[in-house]
Amino acid sequence: MIRSMLFIPGNSPAMLQNADIHRADAIILDLEDAVSPDQKDAARILVRNAVRTLGFSGCRLIIRVNPIDTPYCALDVSSVVPLKPDMIMPTKVSGPQTVKDMSHLVAQAEAACGLAEGTVGLIPLLETCEGIENAYAIAKADPRVRALFLGAEDLTSDMRAKRTKAGGEIGYSRGRIVMAARAAGVEVYDTPFTDVNDEEGILQDVALAKSLGFTGKAAISPRHVEAINRAFSPTPEEIAYAQEVLEIIEEARRMGKGAIALRGKMIDKPIVDRAKYVLEMARMLGGKPE
Amino acid sequence: MKIGRSAAAGSLESSDAMVTISPGEGMTVEIESVVMKQFGPAIEAAVRQELARQGVEDALVRVQDKGALECTIRARVETAILRAGEVKA
Amino acid sequence: MSKLCDSLRQAMERAGLKDGMTLSFHHHLRNGDHVLNMVLEEAARMGVKDLTVQASSLFDVHAPLIGHIQRGVVTGIETDYMGGVLGKAVSQGLLDRPVVFRSHGGRPAAIESGRVHIDIAFIAAPTADCQGNLNGVYGPAACGSLGYAFSDARCAGKVVAVTDNLVPYPASPASIDETLVDYVVRVDCIGDPQGIVSGTTRITRDPVGLRIAQYAAQVIEHSGLLKDGFSFQTGAGGASLAVTQYLRPIMKQMGIKGGFGLGGITGYLVDMLEEGYFEQLLDVQCFDLRAVQSIRDNPRHQEISAMRYASPTAKSAAVDNLDVVILGATQIDDHFNVNVHTDSSGQIMGGAGGHSDTAAGAKLTMIVAPLFRARLPIVVDQVLAVSTPGDTVDVLVTQRGIAVNPAKPQLKAQLEQAGLPVYPIQELREMAQRLTGVPQPVPRGDRVVGLVEYRDGRIIDEIYQIP
Repeated sequence: MIRSMLFIPGNSPAMLQNADIHRADAIILDLEDAVSPDQKDAARILVRNAVRTLGFSGCRLIIRVNPIDTPYCALDVSSVVPLKPDMIMPTKVSGPQTVKDMSHLVAQAEAACGLAEGTVGLIPLLETCEGIENAYAIAKADPRVRALFLGAEDLTSDMRAKRTKAGGEIGYSRGRIVMAARAAGVEVYDTPFTDVNDEEGILQDVALAKSLGFTGKAAISPRHVEAINRAFSPTPEEIAYAQEVLEIIEEARRMGKGAIALRGKMIDKPIVDRAKYVLEMARMLGGKPE
Repeated sequence: MKIGRSAAAGSLESSDAMVTISPGEGMTVEIESVVMKQFGPAIEAAVRQELARQGVEDALVRVQDKGALECTIRARVETAILRAGEVKA
Repeated sequence: MSKLCDSLRQAMERAGLKDGMTLSFHHHLRNGDHVLNMVLEEAARMGVKDLTVQASSLFDVHAPLIGHIQRGVVTGIETDYMGGVLGKAVSQGLLDRPVVFRSHGGRPAAIESGRVHIDIAFIAAPTADCQGNLNGVYGPAACGSLGYAFSDARCAGKVVAVTDNLVPYPASPASIDETLVDYVVRVDCIGDPQGIVSGTTRITRDPVGLRIAQYAAQVIEHSGLLKDGFSFQTGAGGASLAVTQYLRPIMKQMGIKGGFGLGGITGYLVDMLEEGYFEQLLDVQCFDLRAVQSIRDNPRHQEISAMRYASPTAKSAAVDNLDVVILGATQIDDHFNVNVHTDSSGQIMGGAGGHSDTAAGAKLTMIVAPLFRARLPIVVDQVLAVSTPGDTVDVLVTQRGIAVNPAKPQLKAQLEQAGLPVYPIQELREMAQRLTGVPQPVPRGDRVVGLVEYRDGRIIDEIYQIP
């Protein structure tokens, strides 16, 4: 269960050696934007050594690689796949072909190091207008795709819109990517909130993301992790309600009743599914509240 | 194997190390570290091991260490060798 | 005869300065202090030798002291804290006599008992009148509280007030009053405001420090001590200060009204006072301009003496009423002994200050520190100097785990119950060493260059020369 994904710059030993202390469900070790072109080799080697030595066993591991049309991508993939990350994050994904090409690269790397094909998942970063319009096709392009991730900074520049805190300009994209991911049956993650000093802003932004149907949200600052985890965890009220729903359904089944209502509201299949999901999530988060 | 040209990798930030490698006869390793007293010999051993692993036999290597973990020092040595242009696969 | 002197030289002569005397100084002007250097330079010019400097703390600005020691003007140092520049020189064997390190509570106790005699106290006074009524809240070198100077003023053979802000009689407030002061001298400048108080004290942005602070706040939350009347002290550095940031919402949510905040006071504690999180601040030392303004203007923000702050021999002291103190460490060992005197190589760069006093007094003493700093694990087999004995330390909080002193099983159970990552302290050491490797023991010289005198007067450790 990934609620929060924290970006860690790939060429910073100080950040890497404490990447896993921030209670993020996943860390994203970044070989792309956080690393200048003349340090791509250094970051690649450092990330490899760091993962091998430090392990990061307490959280999921995602590695963001350079775009497929750069000379770095193939080397990135072949050097990080042996680390068995949960997912690789391809960047600037604009259509299904990029995902297929990435999947092929990953498959070659898996074979080269003796990993079963499909061990490493993909979480494509959609950050172009074309990528948003192709979101569903991207999500369905390859079985490796486990989630979609929205990147609003590059996207708004591609849209020729101004990035704002309120985020009206990415309203459509957020709706579109959630719809596409849910239709394809994969998870979906919201863009990071970029103002590290706006304590109120992050709360509003995570609440919005949660209300739109995102599975979770990325963070560029450890200070945002707690707000994200809290917003995307079921509340005690939600858990209690879910338990009640399942109990009443069970009772209805025993009594052979068809339609059933809880406090005047019809309990239908979507509500039951939602209740099961909430309880499953609560169970998985049992060990790490926040 | 000899180093073709001088190259450097890393930085002087805390928890990092700056490794400079230059052509030389025989192997010379110079170490400067904020934890020299506690880890001087361990750092030198790691650097020499990494050089040997990459098949480098003749070089002048200078390490300025700011308290980097061993995995970081090894990464910086490997990167410097890569940049110096001679890697045995 | 007027107390007012024409020059510092005249004041020193009238006070009877001669070879072998002990001169005292307070450290409220911190790294901006000019007075200590000014006095010693004049003493050197007068040809005086063999002086002992009895200072509540010494900072890098006092580096000229090294020259005075080399020339024999000064031959002894007693202090509660010593910055790295002087510390390095002392560690290399600058002095023939070991430096005597006391704590902020032990020093006034030793002075007031007569065990330590001060011949002349030089009191840097941001504001003074001609009769020696002094305060720290007005003037170009305003520093707020003058708490560390009180015992010096009360007990020294002669008391010289040195000011750059001479006001008409009577100065108000009179933190230290005319009944204690022998001479007053006006100089151009007693200190550089830049080095005295920072404009604002900033909370760390370091994510590791914030992680530690967040755990520390959770430890307080689940300690059972967070109730109405809660009292609290934290240092101004790194993760310590950040604890207040995380404690605030917890206090708010639980509806806790704190009793008092103690110690060196920062703007963050002032905010908490003004917003009703605490009833009172007890202030022995101001760390920033907000604190200076507040102690001047807010009657609920009191100046206290070092004796009242932390003395073990006073009839009571504020530290004895303290619930929680957050402290730092350069090293901590398996038995929770803490070193804040030296760095990990054994070089002097600090001192107990109020560390051992608050640890002894507080119900919960928490050490906050990263698991390792520059590849050096914080938990060691044996600390290079015992500044604060382990039986007064309850919890170590790092970014990867929390260790509870085995003497506090109840607290350990409470923290585990709350889901906090509690480990034996040995395991935190091993966790660090798995990442850093095992450091080699550092070599040490044969000669003792520092003595750690505990607050009760016992020498609890010796600091050795660096080879």
